[in-house]
Amino acid sequence: MKKSITPILGHVVLIALSLLFLAPVLFMISTSLKADNQIYTSNIQWIPNPPVWHNYPAALAYFPFWLYLRNTLIICVGTVIGTVFSAALPAYGFARLKWRGRNAMFILMIATIMLPSQVTLMPVFLLFRSLGWTGSFLPLIVPSFFGNAFSIFLLRQFFLGIPQELSDAARIDGCNELGILVRIILPLAKPALATVALFSFMGAWTDFQGPLIYLHDSHQYTLAIGLQSFLGRHGGEWNLLMAASTVVTLPLIAAFFFAQRTFIQGIAMTGVKG
Amino acid sequence: MASVMGSREARRERRSIITGLLFISPWLVGFLIFTLYPVIASAYLSFTDYRVLAPPRWVGLGNYRDLFADHDYFWPSLGDTAFMFLELPLSLVLGLVLALLLDQKLRGIAVYRTILYLPSIVPAVASAMLWLFVLNPEHGLVNAGLHALHVPGPPWLASPAWAKPAMILMDLWGAGGGMVIYLAALQGVPTALYEAAALDGANAWQRLRFVTLPSISPVIFFNLIMGVIGTFQYFTQTFIMTSGGPNNSTLFYALYLYQNAFQYFRMGTACAMAWILFLLTMVATLIVFKTSARWVYYEGEAR
Repeated sequence: MKKSITPILGHVVLIALSLLFLAPVLFMISTSLKADNQIYTSNIQWIPNPPVWHNYPAALAYFPFWLYLRNTLIICVGTVIGTVFSAALPAYGFARLKWRGRNAMFILMIATIMLPSQVTLMPVFLLFRSLGWTGSFLPLIVPSFFGNAFSIFLLRQFFLGIPQELSDAARIDGCNELGILVRIILPLAKPALATVALFSFMGAWTDFQGPLIYLHDSHQYTLAIGLQSFLGRHGGEWNLLMAASTVVTLPLIAAFFFAQRTFIQGIAMTGVKG
Repeated sequence: MASVMGSREARRERRSIITGLLFISPWLVGFLIFTLYPVIASAYLSFTDYRVLAPPRWVGLGNYRDLFADHDYFWPSLGDTAFMFLELPLSLVLGLVLALLLDQKLRGIAVYRTILYLPSIVPAVASAMLWLFVLNPEHGLVNAGLHALHVPGPPWLASPAWAKPAMILMDLWGAGGGMVIYLAALQGVPTALYEAAALDGANAWQRLRFVTLPSISPVIFFNLIMGVIGTFQYFTQTFIMTSGGPNNSTLFYALYLYQNAFQYFRMGTACAMAWILFLLTMVATLIVFKTSARWVYYEGEAR
């Protein structure tokens, strides 16, 4: 396939597709900088004239942005810490230790990925409710400390690729399994750990259903829920809505640009090696 | 002597099992608390009338019977969800075409890849907001584009007939997620296979049909399964964009389930719906699995 399309044709098609895929995002940013009367025109004006930068402070003032950002970051950081810690140990147990029952457990874990979350949603909610945790961040953070199957799978795939000789040498030197994990495997697995951290951060940042179910007081809202309630209150003000949406989206795009390689390799790793 | 050896071996094996279980214990404990217990609990609750404030009351198959008799919400929600399965082949083909285009040696290919993948990074809530406006019948981008082509734009989310196609269109925008996985798979196809095919005089289409597609079929299979599971759980977009409207045309299964559980507090009904969803997902996955023997090719597998 590598040379079947002539380069110029390839570029033309890819540029057209890129513009098509980029258009909604550009439209969002462009609308976020428009004055009210520029939004409702029949011809789309891509470059607002003049750009109304004031829409951004106005949008941020409409919902307590900094408070929601703080809430979101607390949940994100908690989730990242929990996910990374609780993925490394099981991933080691599945990838680098040989024991009877390991494969059965691994298949069980993979099977849980296919379990619709709705099956566990109500009992877990009732469990947190009986603990008095609803209306706090705890139901959104605590479960991440109990091993996320997807992250464990991703780390396991990476651990499998680390040469066995390194572990054997350490064992001869009298290092125990935990020591091997901490001193040898984890330092080598930094890219995979970064991928897991990035995925769990983005997952927590974008999560909608969790905060929707567990957070009732508007002071505890995350950005995702805050943005949705913004829509409810200022539905028609598209320029402000788009400004708020841009602000919620940009950090993720920035994170993606910084960690693009990590990111794409991680996705590829989970998809390709069964 | 033999028995001593045997017991030592048994002890060593027991120790290795204990070490293994200790290592996976974070997941194992989580599995017991957040998966196994809730699965059993929701199965039990699905046979009860439970409105949270009063203790659950056993009603046998009552919830299931009521759901199967509910032609106003339950069956339509299932039908609407089934409609969204149209998206699976579309996003599969689009993702694959994008990946094939990106699998060329062109300058700046990383830039194209980034742009095409970008929509998958936009948080669901933000992309829902953005598409609400992009699909706006009068001032939105899509209808402006159609207008430029002299095609009359449909009312999209405002009409029961067009709301679901509108959501499919929106989701296709995120085809870059699947694309990245296909691309990685394409780049793993051994060049020797293409060389052999070229020697045999295969043209581009034949190389695609008989080398590329079989080689990446496990990944297509993976994406298909995840797509089936995801479609049944379609929630955030409809919750934000339409709340199930207009005329309940986007009241998808997962949304109706959520309403039962957290708006009407009919936990028993919601659990019954969750179990029906579970069984449907399993059947659908099983069908994909069963047919996969015919079209999924695993390297190293005897044929």
